[in-house]
Amino acid sequence: MSDLSPQDAYNFAYLDEQTKRMIRRAILKGIAVPGCQVPFASREMPMPYGWGTGGVQVTAACLVPEDRLKVIDQGADDTTNAVSIRRFFQRTAGVATTGATGEATVIQTRHRIPETPLTEGQILVFQVPIPEPLRFLEPRETETRKMHELEEYGLMHVKLYEDVARHGQIATAYAYPVKVEGRYVMDPSPIPKFDNPKLSGSPAIQLFGAGREQRIYALPPWTGVVSLDFDDHPFETSKAPHDCDLCGAKDSYLDEVITDDQGGRMFVCSDTDYCAGRRARGMKGRLWAPEPEGAA
Amino acid sequence: MIADALEGGFAEAPVQSARAFREILEAMARPGTIRRVQGATPPAPLSIAAGVALLVLTDPTTRLHLAGEADCPAVRDWVAFHIGAPLAKAEDADFAVGPWEALQPVSRFRIGQPDYPDRSATLIVECDRLVNHGPALTGPGIGAATWLNLPETAAFRANRALFPLGFDTLFTAGDRIAGLPRSTRVEAI
Repeated sequence: MSDLSPQDAYNFAYLDEQTKRMIRRAILKGIAVPGCQVPFASREMPMPYGWGTGGVQVTAACLVPEDRLKVIDQGADDTTNAVSIRRFFQRTAGVATTGATGEATVIQTRHRIPETPLTEGQILVFQVPIPEPLRFLEPRETETRKMHELEEYGLMHVKLYEDVARHGQIATAYAYPVKVEGRYVMDPSPIPKFDNPKLSGSPAIQLFGAGREQRIYALPPWTGVVSLDFDDHPFETSKAPHDCDLCGAKDSYLDEVITDDQGGRMFVCSDTDYCAGRRARGMKGRLWAPEPEGAA
Repeated sequence: MIADALEGGFAEAPVQSARAFREILEAMARPGTIRRVQGATPPAPLSIAAGVALLVLTDPTTRLHLAGEADCPAVRDWVAFHIGAPLAKAEDADFAVGPWEALQPVSRFRIGQPDYPDRSATLIVECDRLVNHGPALTGPGIGAATWLNLPETAAFRANRALFPLGFDTLFTAGDRIAGLPRSTRVEAI
């Protein structure tokens, strides 16, 4: 037994079987009632709340050894959160990992949907901080449950209306509320509203896990998802009015990067795999310069 | 008989149940698609797929209703050893397994509560065969339309009318499994 490495002491995909059964039951009920928040007995995970404990538990319940896992944090494959979670499942589930959206079978994401369109057979797992879209309008869970039960979503429209009244437009830019199949209003997690149209009619299964708040919800493939709006103020996506400075993409969501203290800045794709893929195909942006020979 | 009850579970539960769950997830998320599962050999009359579904989804925290021919000593012993789920009346069950006729009337099963629609039963309906031929299915999870040989349509149309309440259904035949969540609209025939 002494030659067991520490991760061999854990069950496949870290969680014990009883926990996975409980999570799997919640996922199936979430699939059956799209957009409805299903409670689950969230476990302590070896990472702090806010680092994706809900997404990690959903991913652990779905993974099979044949999976190829991609983890992104705000679109990037190489940030601390993404690297940690990817390595966690490499060690505890022995799954292959990838940065390429098209090669992944399971993608865990924090706050973005990849630019590359998803396909059938893929599962997208969202990390959700606050699953209840009405929470900042009504703090009592008993009341928000009742509001979902009665389809009483007027308060959310009042909130969007107040945006219009104050700012002349709906100022909500991320975690933009959506209505699923004409029934439940759902928080799509803090993705930019640029990503909202990708939620609807996706060929992939989309699962949402909120660890601290102990909720799972889901969108089956080909589910109708509509961003809330008004007839005279229709929903519009938004992004920085630039092209990517590295790959020149006009259609991807951009991060603003400050480059000096003289007001210099650049805009780059938030989706690092999408940007790198375009550059590999020879597309260049305004500031792209290949690494000089011999650079470390 | 005792020896038989000890057989037929997963040999490698974590990996086998993970693979089986992915098939069940795909079946439920894409109503009408027929998937194959393996790993369990439950005693007759349970099908392989029904045995796998029970092993993957039920445990001592879920109340299980055995209906009709599924309610026999061999199955009860097998469930007691491999799963440990408390057996329950149809009205109290989280899961129920048996042929469609034995599950009647399905209106007795739990349909969830208005504030917690997830607290509803999942029926595992044993069928002779599963084919993509029969009433058309539309709704979440279905691109254009799919077809499945449902045992009847009226009960599923009545169940859909309760949405977001209602029971969810898995159909099993041999090693094949298909899903019909409450959200699916079933064509009237």
